[in-house]
Amino acid sequence: MHKMPDAQPAFQFVDMRQQHDVARLGMWVFLATEVLFFGGLILSYSAYRTGYPTGFAEAARHTKIVIGTANTAILLTSSFLVAWAVTVARLRDSRFAALLLWTAALLGVVFLVLKGVEYSAEFNEHLLPGFGFAFSGPHIHAAHLFFSFYLVATGLHAVHVAVGIVVLVVIGLRAHQRAYSDLYHSPITVAGLYWHFVDLVWIFLFALIYLPGRGG
Amino acid sequence: MKNAPNYLTEDNSLRSWLFTTDHKRVAILYFVGITLFFFVGGAAATLIRLELIEPQGHLVTSDTYNRLFTMHGIIMVWFFLIPSIPSTLGNFVVPLMIGARDLAFPRLNLTSWYLFMVGGATTLYAIFRGGIDTGWTFYTPFSTMYSNSHVVLAITGVFIAGFSSILTGLNFIVTIHRLRAPGLTWYRLPLFLWSLYATSVILVLATPVLAMTLLLVGLDRVFGIGIFDPARGGDPLLFQHLFWFYSHPAVYIMILPGMGVVSELVACYSRKEVFGYKFVAWSAVAIAGIGFFVWGHHMFVSGQSPFAALVFSFMSFVVAVPSAIKVFNWTATMHKGRIRYDAPMLYALAFIGLFTIGGLTGLFLACLAYDVYVTDTYFVVAHFHYIMVGGMVTAYFGGLHYWWPKITGRLYPEYWARAAAILIFFGFNMTFFPQFILGVLGMPRRYHIYPPEFQIWHVMSSTGASILAVAYALPLFYLGWSLFFGQRASANPWHTTGLEWQTPSPPPKHNFETTPVVKRKPYDFTIKGKPRAQNA
Amino acid sequence: MDNWASHANPLLPHGETTHASSVDLLFLGLVASSILVLVLLFFLLFRFAIHYRAGNTNADRDHRIRKSWRLETAWTVATLVAFLALFVWGARLYLNLYDVPGDAQPIYVVAKQWMWKVQHPGGQREINELHIPINQSVRLIMSSQDVIHSFFIPAFRVKHDVLPGTSEEIWFDPRKAGVFHLFCAEYCGTDHSRMTGRIVVMQQPEFETWLARQDVNGTLASQGASLFRQLGCSGCHGNGSKVRAPALEGLYGSRVSLSDGTMEIADERFIRDSILKPRAKIAAGYQALMPAYEGKISEDEVVKIIAYVKSLGGEMGVPQ
Repeated sequence: MHKMPDAQPAFQFVDMRQQHDVARLGMWVFLATEVLFFGGLILSYSAYRTGYPTGFAEAARHTKIVIGTANTAILLTSSFLVAWAVTVARLRDSRFAALLLWTAALLGVVFLVLKGVEYSAEFNEHLLPGFGFAFSGPHIHAAHLFFSFYLVATGLHAVHVAVGIVVLVVIGLRAHQRAYSDLYHSPITVAGLYWHFVDLVWIFLFALIYLPGRGG
Repeated sequence: MKNAPNYLTEDNSLRSWLFTTDHKRVAILYFVGITLFFFVGGAAATLIRLELIEPQGHLVTSDTYNRLFTMHGIIMVWFFLIPSIPSTLGNFVVPLMIGARDLAFPRLNLTSWYLFMVGGATTLYAIFRGGIDTGWTFYTPFSTMYSNSHVVLAITGVFIAGFSSILTGLNFIVTIHRLRAPGLTWYRLPLFLWSLYATSVILVLATPVLAMTLLLVGLDRVFGIGIFDPARGGDPLLFQHLFWFYSHPAVYIMILPGMGVVSELVACYSRKEVFGYKFVAWSAVAIAGIGFFVWGHHMFVSGQSPFAALVFSFMSFVVAVPSAIKVFNWTATMHKGRIRYDAPMLYALAFIGLFTIGGLTGLFLACLAYDVYVTDTYFVVAHFHYIMVGGMVTAYFGGLHYWWPKITGRLYPEYWARAAAILIFFGFNMTFFPQFILGVLGMPRRYHIYPPEFQIWHVMSSTGASILAVAYALPLFYLGWSLFFGQRASANPWHTTGLEWQTPSPPPKHNFETTPVVKRKPYDFTIKGKPRAQNA
Repeated sequence: MDNWASHANPLLPHGETTHASSVDLLFLGLVASSILVLVLLFFLLFRFAIHYRAGNTNADRDHRIRKSWRLETAWTVATLVAFLALFVWGARLYLNLYDVPGDAQPIYVVAKQWMWKVQHPGGQREINELHIPINQSVRLIMSSQDVIHSFFIPAFRVKHDVLPGTSEEIWFDPRKAGVFHLFCAEYCGTDHSRMTGRIVVMQQPEFETWLARQDVNGTLASQGASLFRQLGCSGCHGNGSKVRAPALEGLYGSRVSLSDGTMEIADERFIRDSILKPRAKIAAGYQALMPAYEGKISEDEVVKIIAYVKSLGGEMGVPQ
């Protein structure tokens, strides 16, 4: 079987399979830490939402549902592209995988741009705590808390998206250089895991932040 | 054999050390770091104990005193205790014990050390700039709205160090899962690894919550988001829940590795397998798991609901059971053993005694009505010092002496080591037992001015502290001496089982010439005490 | 049983309330169990360490115990049972702290950096001191003006955090006259160590004399009545108001239906929340019109208004 130049396992591993397993397990453990990280924030948000149901619902109606929905669709699409890329890379069609990864990264950039547009609109409406927050109506405290969580949660998420974009670009470059094959594809697998996780967090945030108060 | 290069002698340039990915060298880097922080935290403790000799407290101002105990807590918890055994002894021993050439992610290991040092430097800088006066617990709204000290800088340092913890935990979990030598099943693992595994699970799951909590405090201070401010609809108690959700499991991070070391020591120096191996192994896992559900016992008088208090009190009693199981099993291990009194065993015995005292006083605190009386008094201070210092630090010293020949290739001077161990035991009890009495008499924590009737106990405690300070300095000298003049060590100076003793002292860079194949369980000594190595 | 536990222990300051004596008994129980365990453990450790030392070749090392399930189960179950007993004991005593006697006299405490402000219902004010009569249950309604403090009376074995934004309660019934320490037990800044005071327990006649001798601006309730008018509360809640607002007569202690369908007892905390955060709990059938007074009035003023509302009738524990 034709061996690729960097299909040698690192010195602490017995074979490529062990290296691959280790990379995957490592990424899952890392994702567990991320679950606890965002989880703490989401739990705190939920605690306050239970305490201020009307106020939070009122505040949530001021979020930009169109942008939020568009962003959700964008991330879901990009996740699909990344999943496709992982499969394709294993079949030695690395150049196509690179294209997919770069498109996913581009979608990530679009996500961030839309987020920027959203933040700037909210800044103008005085909805960002710490940046001239003002809210009319009786629920000012609840709204301030809601938008604080909004800013922190989506801001942290955006940082994770940015990191993910860099990772996808770099991995895409490597894929373009035909570095991956069925024997060696753990970087693209774990990058995929990370990107899917970032997408999943967004789904939770979308449901918790954009949707309250918009039901019947 | 003596002249073959080992991990220390192979390339001794500074660059090779600062860019090393060898887990053994990373362990040494960590050792240097935590020793430094131990002395900084110890300096704060010295000033605290000096101040407390007199009831009116003339040595330092109130503001300085508040910064001293905060500094002491932050440095000792995050920059000494949490990394201590895992990042020094763990980093060194884990791959050797499982027959691997390194950890799963050697570069992440080095990264974790850099993060640790950057976090530590940031915290030291905060101290240099004037310190922080919130207590290591950062309670809101004092920390978010009232403190005039360098809160953000200090929490940044801790935040960075938290990533170091997470990476270490991640590395250990993956390594223990995937890099075990052929034949090394879970039930053949030395108990040190079970404990480190349990510790790593806590490191990985609890630390992110601390990260989020500190982030929110920082944002509250900088941007005024008011999440913990009652005047703006926030709840100061939310901070306490978030903080203790991490910080209670954190105390198990600060004892489980010590328990793991003690299992190794008791087996080796009783020349007998650990009694009830599976029970001891699963107890570590139980402590880690149940430990996530007891955090509210720090909040019995905070204003949480009585129902919550009942649940947390009950769970706090439950979590003490696996610890008791370990103590019983270690004792049973010694029954019909062949016991030696080398310094590591003295430390192990001290651990069992002091940890038990600390653990029993934990029951006093788990007990609701009694906790209402003694929470926030010196009783709590005494309790956690018995566990963390009497327990963890003692175990750390025990492990350090036990693996010293493996790490350095030298034997330490045995009589000096025994003398230091005994002096530490004596100094420790004299420092901290009077603090139980102070607590029962009603002396609150974090006070530097106190009613005169408490003075006698403070003087006793401070006297003990001066003995303890000398006792802790002793190993620095004789261990340092041994590096240059100590007798050279063979591969297995203690004649014990375990894969780490099947390779030279110090080990070569890649640990083993050939990957060992494990054929037997750990701690397999014959009746006469002759060891059967795991790969023999 | 009264105080014997405290007297039996020479080390302890005497527990000066019924609760304190019970806590001291619990303490003795905990100490006794601990000593039992420690003695057993240390005996075994010493015995094994000495008898089975390597140098003692005569020790019988044959027939080592192998099967451990029975032993493990035995000591695990024994431990669990002992712990359960201690848990129940502590929990029951703890729950007593929530069982406030109906005749407990309310006294208001406001904590601030770094002092304790006490207000008696009759308007008597104290700083860092609390005068109370013997053999009379006292209920402290406490809140903080700034950070979290903690009200700690070692002699009564009682402690509770004092929070900003809400009120917390403790109660006790002193059985012995004397002067006892009051400490702040939650770190609160620079002068945390100095935030101490005295609890002065007096015989009933002396206490009455003391009360009468204090300089008073009128009772808490009457001061509250003035505030009620000054702050415009009577504009909606007074007679002849054009705005539909819930009546306050007889409110205290009654069950209130809220707009979200739940019911709550109108205790001190409810009244305080209604003043500071009225939108949080809207009375059923009323509109959310009341402005929030959070940040507009001080803790001292809140305490007085609460006292005034209580004076308008109503009683805790009596169905209205």
